[in-house]
Amino acid sequence: MDNPIRVLVGKVGLDGHDRGVKVVASALRDAGMEVIYSGLHQTPENVVRAAIEEDVDVVAISILSGAHMTLFPRILELLNGKGRDDVLLCGGGIIPEKDREELMKLGVGNLFGPGTPTTEIVAYLEKEIAARRGK
Amino acid sequence: MGGDRVALARAMTLVENGSPGAADLLDRVYPRTGHAYRIGITGPPGAGKSTLVSRLVGELWKGGSKVGVVAVDPSSPFTRGALLGDRVRFQDLPDNSDVFVRSMASRGSSGGLAFKTGEVCDLLDAAGMDTVIVETVGVGQSELDVAAAVHTTIVVLVPESGDEVQAMKAGLMEIGDLFVVNKSDRLGAERMARGIEDMLRLSPARHDWIPTVVLLSALRGDRFPELLEAIESHRSHLEESGDLAELKTETARSRIRDLIDACIRQQFWATDGVNEQLDKALELIAAGGSSPYSAADEIIKKFTGGRG
Ligand SMILES: Nc1nc2c(ncn2[C@@H]2O[C@H](COP(=O)(O)OP(=O)(O)O)[C@@H](O)[C@H]2O)c(=O)[nH]1
Ligand SMILES: [Mg+2]
Repeated sequence: MDNPIRVLVGKVGLDGHDRGVKVVASALRDAGMEVIYSGLHQTPENVVRAAIEEDVDVVAISILSGAHMTLFPRILELLNGKGRDDVLLCGGGIIPEKDREELMKLGVGNLFGPGTPTTEIVAYLEKEIAARRGK
Repeated sequence: MGGDRVALARAMTLVENGSPGAADLLDRVYPRTGHAYRIGITGPPGAGKSTLVSRLVGELWKGGSKVGVVAVDPSSPFTRGALLGDRVRFQDLPDNSDVFVRSMASRGSSGGLAFKTGEVCDLLDAAGMDTVIVETVGVGQSELDVAAAVHTTIVVLVPESGDEVQAMKAGLMEIGDLFVVNKSDRLGAERMARGIEDMLRLSPARHDWIPTVVLLSALRGDRFPELLEAIESHRSHLEESGDLAELKTETARSRIRDLIDACIRQQFWATDGVNEQLDKALELIAAGGSSPYSAADEIIKKFTGGRG
């Protein structure tokens, strides 16, 4: 039997709504993943520390505050600094197409807009992690 | 630990998944275990266990200890998925290598994987932690297994979780070495603490130890010195009575038995012809010519050399 995919789900930045991330967290759990929910107002340092200790396959971060162009690269940089560039960093938020492309070039995975069906997120993670584990 | 945090986390995954190499790793690590004092924290959901653990880690760390935490939440038996939310309460912990927090899904109940909490604690122990804290939800079998593998078991109760009779029904009264009545800021907490004290006085002492009851508020963080003192005196009791050494032997004994059980089971089902024989027996049962009991008996006799 395959080992469950472990995902860290959290929210970085100042805005205080967690309904979206909770919906995603439960959808991932229902898809058989082990979801570590880390809560609101996370700093990139917190996120990366948790990702390391929990040895996750995926870090899924929601950023609605508009600071995505600094926060995503910072998380990537910290992960790389720990030798964990194998972790898939993806996320959600309202992110303009131009920024999305730039972030993907840096190595960030899919960024899902608000209202994306959770089935789409699940399918993406399953496919992406299967490919990475297959290597 | 420093850069070894990544390695430690990876080792936990290896052990938890029972991947190839896990047994070798644990074998190498075992001689370096035995240093850490192990505390189990259990109680109903929402009792404030994680809040308490977070405070306790802070206090122990301030006292110069390195602390590892394993927070266990249940896996869904249907999907094997789990939502591990304890980290939400661990935000204020010192961000350095003296503190290591790991969330674990109970898995065991589904998919036949063994429950690996004890082994994950071993890894933290071997990594140099002075204290290892295991948080489990007190609703099933898992906290009994955990209670058997830690030195001090703390049961956390709150007025909302019902009275001490409820706790007794859930089997929590028997496993607690210490009882914390949390949310002392809430109505009924004090009465509950007294109820538990009365009940404990009336129960027979286990191993010459009468559990202490500490009334506190994990949220406000008061009365932690009392809690630390209570833990410390239980520890002294275990050391002086020799129970500490006995616990280590008993843990080793049950590990050996578990490993042998798993090995024999696996060998048995991998034996040539066993599954064919099982299919044949099922046909016979369907035709009304046998029962599961005589079928099991025959299969065991045939494949294990006559013992049945
Ligand atoms: N009023 C009050 N609430 C508390 C106290 N300790 C914890 N809580 C709250 O109880 C809820 C559950 O706490 P948590 O630590 O997650 O409980 P767990 O499920 O047992 O781990 C949270 O909202 C806490 O803030 C306390 O001493 N007083
Ligand atoms: Mg908890």
